[in-house]
Amino acid sequence: MSRLLMCPPDYYGIEYEINPWMRVSNQSNGNRARTQWQALTQVLEKEIGVKLEFMEPAPGLPDLVFTANAGVLHEGRAVPSRFRHPERQREERHFIDWFAEKGYEVISLDAEWDFEGAGDLLGFPEFWFGGYRQRSDIRAYDQLSTIFSKRILPVELVDQRFYHLDTCLCPLSGGGLLYFPHAFDAYAQKVIAAHVEQGKLFAVPSSESERFACNAVCVDRHVVLPTGCPETMAWLTQQGYIPHPVELDEFLKAGGSAKCLTLALD
Amino acid sequence: MVSQTVTLQGHIIDSLILAKVLDTIVMLGGTFTLSEVAIGTKREDLSHATIRIEAPTPGLLQDILTAIQPHGAVVETEQDCTVTPAPADGILPEDFHATSHLPTQIRYQGTWLDVLQTEMDLAIIVTSSPPSASMIPMGSVKKGDLVVVGREGIRVFPLERPAERDVFGFMEAQVSSERPYRHVIGDVAKRMQAIKERRTNNPLTPKVLFAGGPAIVHAGGREALSWIIQEGYIHVLFCGNALAAHDMEANLYGTSLGYNLGAGRSVPHGHEHHLRTINRIRAIGSIQQAVEQGIITEGIMAACVDQQVHMVLAGTIRDDGPLPEVITDSIQAQEGMRAALPGVKLALLVASTLHAVATGNLLPASVPTVCVDINPAVPTKLSDRGSFQAVGLVMDSSSFLRELARELGWKG
Repeated sequence: MSRLLMCPPDYYGIEYEINPWMRVSNQSNGNRARTQWQALTQVLEKEIGVKLEFMEPAPGLPDLVFTANAGVLHEGRAVPSRFRHPERQREERHFIDWFAEKGYEVISLDAEWDFEGAGDLLGFPEFWFGGYRQRSDIRAYDQLSTIFSKRILPVELVDQRFYHLDTCLCPLSGGGLLYFPHAFDAYAQKVIAAHVEQGKLFAVPSSESERFACNAVCVDRHVVLPTGCPETMAWLTQQGYIPHPVELDEFLKAGGSAKCLTLALD
Repeated sequence: MVSQTVTLQGHIIDSLILAKVLDTIVMLGGTFTLSEVAIGTKREDLSHATIRIEAPTPGLLQDILTAIQPHGAVVETEQDCTVTPAPADGILPEDFHATSHLPTQIRYQGTWLDVLQTEMDLAIIVTSSPPSASMIPMGSVKKGDLVVVGREGIRVFPLERPAERDVFGFMEAQVSSERPYRHVIGDVAKRMQAIKERRTNNPLTPKVLFAGGPAIVHAGGREALSWIIQEGYIHVLFCGNALAAHDMEANLYGTSLGYNLGAGRSVPHGHEHHLRTINRIRAIGSIQQAVEQGIITEGIMAACVDQQVHMVLAGTIRDDGPLPEVITDSIQAQEGMRAALPGVKLALLVASTLHAVATGNLLPASVPTVCVDINPAVPTKLSDRGSFQAVGLVMDSSSFLRELARELGWKG
């Protein structure tokens, strides 16, 4: 059974601006955020059968809700994130404590490299893509590749709106992939296309990329994605996936959606 | 032109990161040399590339570095070379850096300096004001000279493939008695003609060096070589006592080591001819005077004096006489040969093991060199130095010289 880590949005809000989506003037609605977050947990637990684990929210850390950025977990090892922005660096201690408490072997990256966890490192069982330039340094991937004995293909993110790899690329079970090509430089576009079987690659239209269609959670054939992405849903259905749209607009105000709100535990 | 070496590591091949970095260098106006690429053997292994970047200005180099660093390029940290004072005259410090015959730079006081001249098996000394670096033979070092030691802060550059598409352009030091040699001789002649045309009064004007042994005279190459020199194709001559003695013996007696050059027979008391020749020149005072006084009228030495060829005659322990110009102190002879090298752009080493190997050791790898000997061991010895522009011809010296002279227009 798949397990995901989530963190209740008790202290979630737009308290600073560190990406183009965040506007302190465009504040989130606490009640609506909680309702949307709970709806997401319902879909994951009840409709898909995911086992959810929850970490304690902390006052003053509004983005702790985005657990995808905690770090990367693989085969009992955890590499915690080193956030680029001081606003989020305060979260690091909480994530490290949680990993240690759950018995993960915590391995720290060299202090000189920024790395924002599963937000920037995701892929297939055979290899991972590593987003760089916006939040993570390419050099971090050498070390991560060695730690996890994984091939990591760095891909350059060139659009500030898609500041994490999981905002513009979503690997699916069975080798499929959703992505928004214009978020990547020309070399990365070629690399992505070359590593996914033809017919299994879906270029999300611009309007749906802005809805964060790529910030989806894929568990087996189930794909949980934000509402307002009809073309992506149609392609997923045609490919044999089961899409589960969830309204997550309150989190889009901070530049996050379904995937950002979860961290895969294995 | 300024340069900087960077390294790149990771899954740089299939992620096109290496391609992107190289494209970026070129797009911004730089050039690169991939000095090392190590590709991981397993899929999860990291690959590694070392890239030397060259740019026309420091500003542009900085722009390139700024552009490629976000893609993982790491500027190689550079260290100054280490220098240690020589402990005594003629003694190098332990761990001194031994030079190769390739262009070399050292980093001293934060700057890469070209090491002046290029010669194998020497040491490098530096001076501070102005900062400069030069190569020095072991025996010439003075107590307190700052000698480069260790391996840090030293870089040796491989030779670039020459633009000329002739026999030297292949950069392969092959020796074979079974290779056709006509095109080699044709290419040598073309180079000699080009150098002759480019010569001016500048002391660094291009020169052709000829090092030869007495077999040239015995075998019948004297006439052709004299013509080549007289026509102004040779500007430096390295030889020993014997080539000069037998050349002048031929002029005075018509023999070489007592054999009549025309009839090919030994003549009565012919074995004394070279001794009488040497004695006569010693009495006159020098080869130069013997030519100027009209005693020596034709031949290799006469042509050299007439054409003001820079001659260095180096002695050996079996020499008779020797002739007045022969330098009998071998270290002084080596110095004399070394001093004649600046400007040499082509070297012909013909029929002399001793002078061919000695000259080969003094020459930078960049000088195209032809070694001609009937004994394959000599060109092989030369090519074992790793000379990139050395061509070995296993053939009779006389045939070579006559053929070369004909290529240059000799009607003999």
